[in-house]
Amino acid sequence: MTAKAEEKSLVQRLLGNDASIAQLAVITVVIFVLMAGLNPDKFLRYYNFESITYIMPELGILCIAMMVAMLTGGIDLSIVAIANLAAITAGVYFRHPVVAEALAAGGVGLVLHTAMGVIIALLVGLAAGLVNGVLIARLRIIPILATLGTGQVFAGLALVLTGGPAIVGFPQTWNWIGTGKLLGVATPFWILIVVASVVAILLRRTHLGVNLMLIGTNARAAVFAGIRSSRMILYSYALTGLMAAIAGILLSGRTNSAKADFGASYLLQAVLIAVLGGTNPAGGKGRVLGVLLALVALMFLSSGMQMMRASNFLIDAMWGGFLVLVIAINYLRSSK
Amino acid sequence: MKRFQSTEAVIALVLLAVTVLIGLINPAFWGVANLFSLAKANVVIGIMALGVLLIMISGGIDVSFPAISAAALYITVRTMVALDYDGVLLPFIAASVIGVLLGAFNAFIIDRFKMIPLIVTLGTASIIRGLVLGLLGTSIVNINKMPDALIEFGKQDLTTVTAQNGATVGLTAMILVYLAIALVIHIILRHTMTGRSVYAYGGDPESARRAGVNTRRTIFFVYCTAGLLAGFAGLLHSSMIWQANPRDFMGLELDVIAAVVLGGASIFGGRGSVLGTMIGVFTLVMVKNSLILMKVDTTWQRVVVGMIIIAATAITAWRDRKKLA
Repeated sequence: MTAKAEEKSLVQRLLGNDASIAQLAVITVVIFVLMAGLNPDKFLRYYNFESITYIMPELGILCIAMMVAMLTGGIDLSIVAIANLAAITAGVYFRHPVVAEALAAGGVGLVLHTAMGVIIALLVGLAAGLVNGVLIARLRIIPILATLGTGQVFAGLALVLTGGPAIVGFPQTWNWIGTGKLLGVATPFWILIVVASVVAILLRRTHLGVNLMLIGTNARAAVFAGIRSSRMILYSYALTGLMAAIAGILLSGRTNSAKADFGASYLLQAVLIAVLGGTNPAGGKGRVLGVLLALVALMFLSSGMQMMRASNFLIDAMWGGFLVLVIAINYLRSSK
Repeated sequence: MKRFQSTEAVIALVLLAVTVLIGLINPAFWGVANLFSLAKANVVIGIMALGVLLIMISGGIDVSFPAISAAALYITVRTMVALDYDGVLLPFIAASVIGVLLGAFNAFIIDRFKMIPLIVTLGTASIIRGLVLGLLGTSIVNINKMPDALIEFGKQDLTTVTAQNGATVGLTAMILVYLAIALVIHIILRHTMTGRSVYAYGGDPESARRAGVNTRRTIFFVYCTAGLLAGFAGLLHSSMIWQANPRDFMGLELDVIAAVVLGGASIFGGRGSVLGTMIGVFTLVMVKNSLILMKVDTTWQRVVVGMIIIAATAITAWRDRKKLA
């Protein structure tokens, strides 16, 4: 709840200079009121908001990752596969007899090996992102196809590592990352806030961010302005891969398991939320705050729908319908 | 000499090399039964790939056609079961019409709101899948309930051969359907104004518009035809495997897009041919089917398909860059 108040004040500060953010804030409030009205006794409970703060971060980080890929007019269709591969690699590490023994002994070893697992997962994500970056920036393969292909490879490697079934039984410290609490607020939620802030600063206050925006706005002009485009694009996909790995850690920590085909529906939702949050898929436009607002709006929507016992398939259809609706609204707004 | 340098020739050479390699590793590849089953595996994916080819030539991309196929086959078969109707022609027309309508929905959004086709079709795929599974249910229509006429239709063989172990294997007659459709698409693409306008639009939409191409008509033609082929292929698949499963074809978009790219089509539009696509489909299907023959663990299949996509796109990216220079 405290986090929500924080977001509100941020919105108020920024209302003046960005119309689309204001519009999103209105949409969020409308959905909130609607869902609260439709489920008066369930929606407004503290428990509902608390569970949202656990479920939201993994998807939120994937959305921010998708937005970063979209800034240069690209897309990353491999993020969910990277997330799973990172979590599975860490899971395989934890299964190693030596490591498993140290984990069982507890104490310092437990913490150290968990940290090692996190580092391994992050490195896997970074490496996967760099592979995407090299294919897109150096070999100049169009992002859709490059990430479609690498997504298959990463998911395939995850399948090879597990042989099919899910990896279960992560160390309790790992699960704390996904289910624990820090200062009374969900750990994953803190991680979302940190990732969002870092990316926001990176995009608004550093060379990398400004360059990425320029490349996305006009790739040719960016080259003539002396920007090392391919290097910047490489960095952006590396960052995307790293964020996907963080999402993978949160997902596996929350569910205490990792599987090659987890979270398949997250891909569409990440695209949807990034576009809804004001990111232009053709490049050059995108803000972390917009993505976060869109995320909160859709989390309210889906939790409200679930309370009304809508079938999961229909909720999927609704996400798709929402995406098409957003496309229409964005078009009509920009053509005014 | 020019013919020798064409994209189709290059892909055909790749295909030949892969065939020889697979044949060397496991001579069982050349068995009649295996070759017949390869031909059969080409039909449905091939018809879908022809639709995707049209879209790719126009500079678009479609990830919703597996959902369209599944919707068309499931709605049609469920309706047939509910009405106790048995026939072949009418159901196939119905499935095709469902495909056309869903394709028109894609075309409408892409044309009206000027949105990137990938994002539009991601959305429509999710809508179509969600509505079919949510409203019609997830139960599979099995062989005992499948309309008999459809099963009989899918069963037809051109010729049958008795294998050494006594089992008879047939070459499915559906391969003729595939070849006929391929011929029609080829003629449309090469010899009609509509087909040429698809290439023109894919090459450069603005120039095509100024040259007098009706861009809206072109977009609708491309997505509706792809929808038609997807719907038709869906029901054909159902009649060939004797069951209707609303979850069919999940993830198939990757294979089909890979095959079309492998066949030399450019995702930037303006390039691609029916013959190249057919060779691309054949290569991909053959590699996937032969992994087992080559004693590769099935868990590696996705890795291999992914590698093929990356390799094929890297080659086309390299080719298109040379063109620009």
